[in-house]
Amino acid sequence: MLTFTLRRLLLAIPTLLVISLVIFLLVDLAPGSPMSEIPLTVPPETRQKMIEALGADQPVIFRYFLWLRQFFWVEPAYLFDGWFGTHWAEGEQRILSWQSRSPVFTIIGQRIPQTLTVIGTAYLVGILIAVPIGIYSAYRQYSWFDQAGTLFAMIGFSVPTFFSGTLLIIIFAVWLGWFPTKYDTQLHVTSWASFLQQVKQMALPVMTLGLANAAAISRYMRSSMLDNMGMDYVRTARAKGMTERTVVLKHVLRNSLIPVVTVIALGIPAIFGGAIITENLFGVNGIGAALIGAIHANDIPMVQTLAFIFAVLIVLFNLIADVLYGLLDPRIRYD
Amino acid sequence: MTDATSAPPKPASPRREIWQQFRTHKGALFGLIVLTLLVLFVVFGPLLWDPPQRLSDTIKMKNQGPSLRAPFGTDQLGRDLLLRMMQAGKVSLAVGLVAMGIAIVFGAFIGILAGYFRRLDGPLMRITDMFLALPLIPLLLVMVMLFRDRIAGMIGPELGAFTLIVFAIGITSWMATARIVRGEVLTLKEREYVLASRSIGARPSRIIRRHILPNVVSPVMVAATLGVAEAIITESVLSFLGLGFPPDFPTWGRLLYDGLQYMQVYPERVVWPGLAISLTVLSVNYIGDGLRDALDPRIRGR
Repeated sequence: MLTFTLRRLLLAIPTLLVISLVIFLLVDLAPGSPMSEIPLTVPPETRQKMIEALGADQPVIFRYFLWLRQFFWVEPAYLFDGWFGTHWAEGEQRILSWQSRSPVFTIIGQRIPQTLTVIGTAYLVGILIAVPIGIYSAYRQYSWFDQAGTLFAMIGFSVPTFFSGTLLIIIFAVWLGWFPTKYDTQLHVTSWASFLQQVKQMALPVMTLGLANAAAISRYMRSSMLDNMGMDYVRTARAKGMTERTVVLKHVLRNSLIPVVTVIALGIPAIFGGAIITENLFGVNGIGAALIGAIHANDIPMVQTLAFIFAVLIVLFNLIADVLYGLLDPRIRYD
Repeated sequence: MTDATSAPPKPASPRREIWQQFRTHKGALFGLIVLTLLVLFVVFGPLLWDPPQRLSDTIKMKNQGPSLRAPFGTDQLGRDLLLRMMQAGKVSLAVGLVAMGIAIVFGAFIGILAGYFRRLDGPLMRITDMFLALPLIPLLLVMVMLFRDRIAGMIGPELGAFTLIVFAIGITSWMATARIVRGEVLTLKEREYVLASRSIGARPSRIIRRHILPNVVSPVMVAATLGVAEAIITESVLSFLGLGFPPDFPTWGRLLYDGLQYMQVYPERVVWPGLAISLTVLSVNYIGDGLRDALDPRIRGR
């Protein structure tokens, strides 16, 4: 298992390098550039100086390696310094955003808590809804509950989050007035009242994302339960005279959760991608909103770094899912 | 008497058999009916519903609710929303179909190459894995943002937006097809009829065309159906984030995006396009489900 993990980790490095090159070149070689935003009234020598100040006059390959070094060495070193007070990264140049001239990672650090609170809660809520639905639909296959669950999942797959979110806003915020339409990023939870307010403003985005996730996960849960229900060990457990409750919730559920756990791990990066829409709709000031803002402002370093972080998340969680699968299910050890 | 009962029934043609199986899937039948209605609505609708739109009228007709003259109401510029829904639907469905077409052709091509020629298998599958690890929505946004003006300058804003978006969606969604086709080809290639064909000296191109391609059609068809739904959603996401089609050449996603500002006062402007997207995707997904069951010979006839 350890050798497998190590091999996968080593394989992930070239994949990530190629992806980083693709992202860097795509964003960098594209015709739109920050220079096109400079008014034509600016004299050419000033324009040249601006370009130099941004470091945009150097050859592409040079900038790529500089960016790689900054991403993999300088930024982690800064983080390390911040934690332990060392001086590894002293005097090194960090990746700077072209919009605000502040380090990209500082901005990401400010934004990520917003994303994690909303998206994390939504994913958790989705799982908590999906698992019981999946268990019961499988236990009573083809019952009306199962049929309703299938319909719910099909609708969950098909209705895009930007529409379900808008519907929820119209119903709960505009008509009923229970929840605010926009998420207030400035709100700090200090008292019971502000906590209630936080819960209220999180309700709609969490519901939107949670329902979409629940649809997919409940299907996986159901089919995994169905696979296990017909197994011999279930019959044995029943023959031993165990209660239905023990059989289903202990024996079957534990085994059925194995593939579901990997599916949940695989879904996490997609959640971050999908969060771009939800954040945009509800005005959550997270990394999805940061990406959209950076794209609109032609902030190339920010876009490259964020897109690459998304790619790292995908590769990382693929790896985690594979390793988890092997750990949880000894039949699927890879070595 | 005995020969009348024991005579084997006339074998139904495979296409008929598939249809028989497809018909038993209620959801699929529902999907087919809804999708047909939607297609009729967007294709023939503009022929039947062509309200006179003079400039003087449109100014007076701003922001109207549903009425006989404009069943869906009008937007902030006095344009008839029913007509706009039809025009937008045409573009949305076209984007879905064309993007799926690109993805399927490209995916099948890569899949067949990887499955049939062992030497290409490794590199091509590495490329597929790499594409799967790309963060697609951010990349699509970046691609559209950065190349939109350049392409619009070359072939006009409308055709430019269409080409760019269709192409961008197509080349970022071929991976699933490539994997399915590769798997199919790997097993098909070892079948006796392929070996027989090879033993009489048929060239790979002929074997692929005569024996492999017809046999990968059914999984590809299922993937294609689901691909249409995915492409429509992706396009509407781009439009929703303001990086899709221009407002005078709308899709359903763009109409929804335009309606968002007026959501509090005129919720129907968001609901209609959203409903249209959801219904299309739902029915396409159901059709895909039914097709998968109908094309699977293990399930068929049960």
